[in-house]
Amino acid sequence: MVLIYIDQAEQQIKKSSLEAISYGAALAKQLGVTAEGILLGTVTDDLVSLGKYGLQKLHQVSDASLNHFDAKVFTQVLTEAAKATNATVLVFAHNLNGKAVAPAVAVKLHAGIVTGANSLPDTSNGFTVTKTVFSGKAFAHINIDTAIKVISINQNCFGVQMHEGAATVEALSIAIPAASIKVTATHKVEGEIPLTEANIVVSGGRGLKGPENWGIIEDLAKVLGAATACSRPVSDSDWRPHHEHVGQTGVQVAPNLYIAVGISGAIQHLAGVNRSKTIVVINKDPEAPFFKAADYGIVGDAFEVLPALTAAIQKSKA
Amino acid sequence: MKLLVCISKTPDTTSKIAFTEGNTKFDENAVQWIINPYDEWYALVKAIEMKEQDPAVTIHLVTVGEADAEPIIRKALALGGDEAIRINIQSNDSFVVASQIAAIAKEGAYDLILTGKETIDYNSACIGSMLAGLLDLPFVSLANHMVLNGNTASVKREIEGGEETCEVTLPAIVSCQKGMAEQRIPNMRGIMAARTKPLKVVEPIAVQATTSIKTYDLPPAKSGVKLVAADNVDELVRLLKEEAKAF
Ligand SMILES: Cc1cc2nc3c(=O)[nH]c(=O)nc-3n(C[C@H](O)[C@H](O)[C@H](O)COP(=O)(O)OP(=O)(O)OC[C@H]3O[C@@H](n4cnc5c(N)ncnc54)[C@H](O)[C@@H]3O)c2cc1C
Repeated sequence: MVLIYIDQAEQQIKKSSLEAISYGAALAKQLGVTAEGILLGTVTDDLVSLGKYGLQKLHQVSDASLNHFDAKVFTQVLTEAAKATNATVLVFAHNLNGKAVAPAVAVKLHAGIVTGANSLPDTSNGFTVTKTVFSGKAFAHINIDTAIKVISINQNCFGVQMHEGAATVEALSIAIPAASIKVTATHKVEGEIPLTEANIVVSGGRGLKGPENWGIIEDLAKVLGAATACSRPVSDSDWRPHHEHVGQTGVQVAPNLYIAVGISGAIQHLAGVNRSKTIVVINKDPEAPFFKAADYGIVGDAFEVLPALTAAIQKSKA
Repeated sequence: MKLLVCISKTPDTTSKIAFTEGNTKFDENAVQWIINPYDEWYALVKAIEMKEQDPAVTIHLVTVGEADAEPIIRKALALGGDEAIRINIQSNDSFVVASQIAAIAKEGAYDLILTGKETIDYNSACIGSMLAGLLDLPFVSLANHMVLNGNTASVKREIEGGEETCEVTLPAIVSCQKGMAEQRIPNMRGIMAARTKPLKVVEPIAVQATTSIKTYDLPPAKSGVKLVAADNVDELVRLLKEEAKAF
């Protein structure tokens, strides 16, 4: 049985988990087994309709204390849940919480793990998972050699896939261990789309000259419903907050569309964005290395091109 | 207060990535090795800052690797840290690596174990979490700020669209990312001192790998950029909508 971890925040199922369900369901079909989910805590989403993404059964440990993530507690509960349900493959989203618990759960289950998988495993001869390595510069095909297997999937690599169907929901009773952390404050950046969950990212580099010029980036992001990001020197100079820094040493993103404005395309920057489906580069230097990694480009001055592009998109959406 | 900082050796960020032996081995020819930036800039420098604030802090560094990892661990010692341990085994299996570090951690009775958020070669982000599983310790991942207060640490961790502050009682494991500390350059005094700092080599414990790398390959090259004239943004919008189906 394939058991998919369904991650929630503030009692809402994360988009990356819907993708994990889609992936887990496809994998279950490939293996000829059932696709089941494990949800910790309580959510406001309709659970039966998770069947739309291919989930057949959902196991829920609906203790309200599990509405707050705690790596040690979640590791223990997920390990017990995997044992109680006889899971043979566990699927996680390679998101913030997935990164924190999937390897620990694998260790507890004596299971091999591949994190950051890109596609369904090849099960024709063994169990081979493909993942990106060297920060997106290469792929590795890795065999998992244990009976139980754990995979976490890169966001936006598989997509959310809809079917017909309804999931049955079953309560699972597992003893909840004592909390190992105490959350004392939560700070959400209001009105912003989280970078790692965004479908579209608009990113600015040193070519924008200074923080006072970010209005044109934000305007474009707004009409596209996009998140904003930046290159490393931009966050190092405090033009933008650290969490917007993308690249090999910042956040790695893989949106459907990445628009790079006034960014030269250094190898370390590309390493954080090269898994984006479509890359658009706007740069006044036709020799900028980023054009080699781009799908579409405009050679031009960002201060002229961006307002025109924002207006054109607005018009096309009207 | 005893800290253990996990140090990994990775190819320099500008390295050309290539493979040999029928795409089964990473081509190490002409590769410059560096300390994994997350381990160096954030985990190690954070530990050094803690020692600067409280001289009673001792810092041990641990690396899992063969003799060719020594320049990296010496460089880490040049930045700071009291002594280093190299576990003499090369492995691509995170479980093997984490098990080796766990064995050292058990012996050393550390209060805090720091790792980088991931390595820039395998990008697995596994070691911190696996250590937490192996040692049954609290784990705070993707931390960008930490203050110690006696036996507890107050740690800020990234969450989707923001961050949360949590308190954790030591011993604990924390994985570090940008914000935690600032990159430093080793100075001459540090480099000289590092030469005489203890570097203990220990033999690995026996554990079975759980995964094996079959082959590698490179991503297909982009087919080439489609350039649109700067005064024709409508055409870009059309291409993005109709061809790329980007929105
Ligand atoms: C170990 C290491 C790790 C690193 N990690 C990262 C990382 O994670 N992320 C990252 O981004 N960088 C990283 N870097 C830095 C990287 O090497 C580059 O220096 C950085 O990405 C450059 O940022 P930039 O493109 O914004 O600036 P620049 O390289 O200065 O490029 C600015 C660009 O703007 C263009 N421009 C100027 N004016 C305009 C205009 N009016 N309109 C349009 N275009 C204009 C220019 O033609 C130029 O191409 C790392 C470096 C090292 C050594």
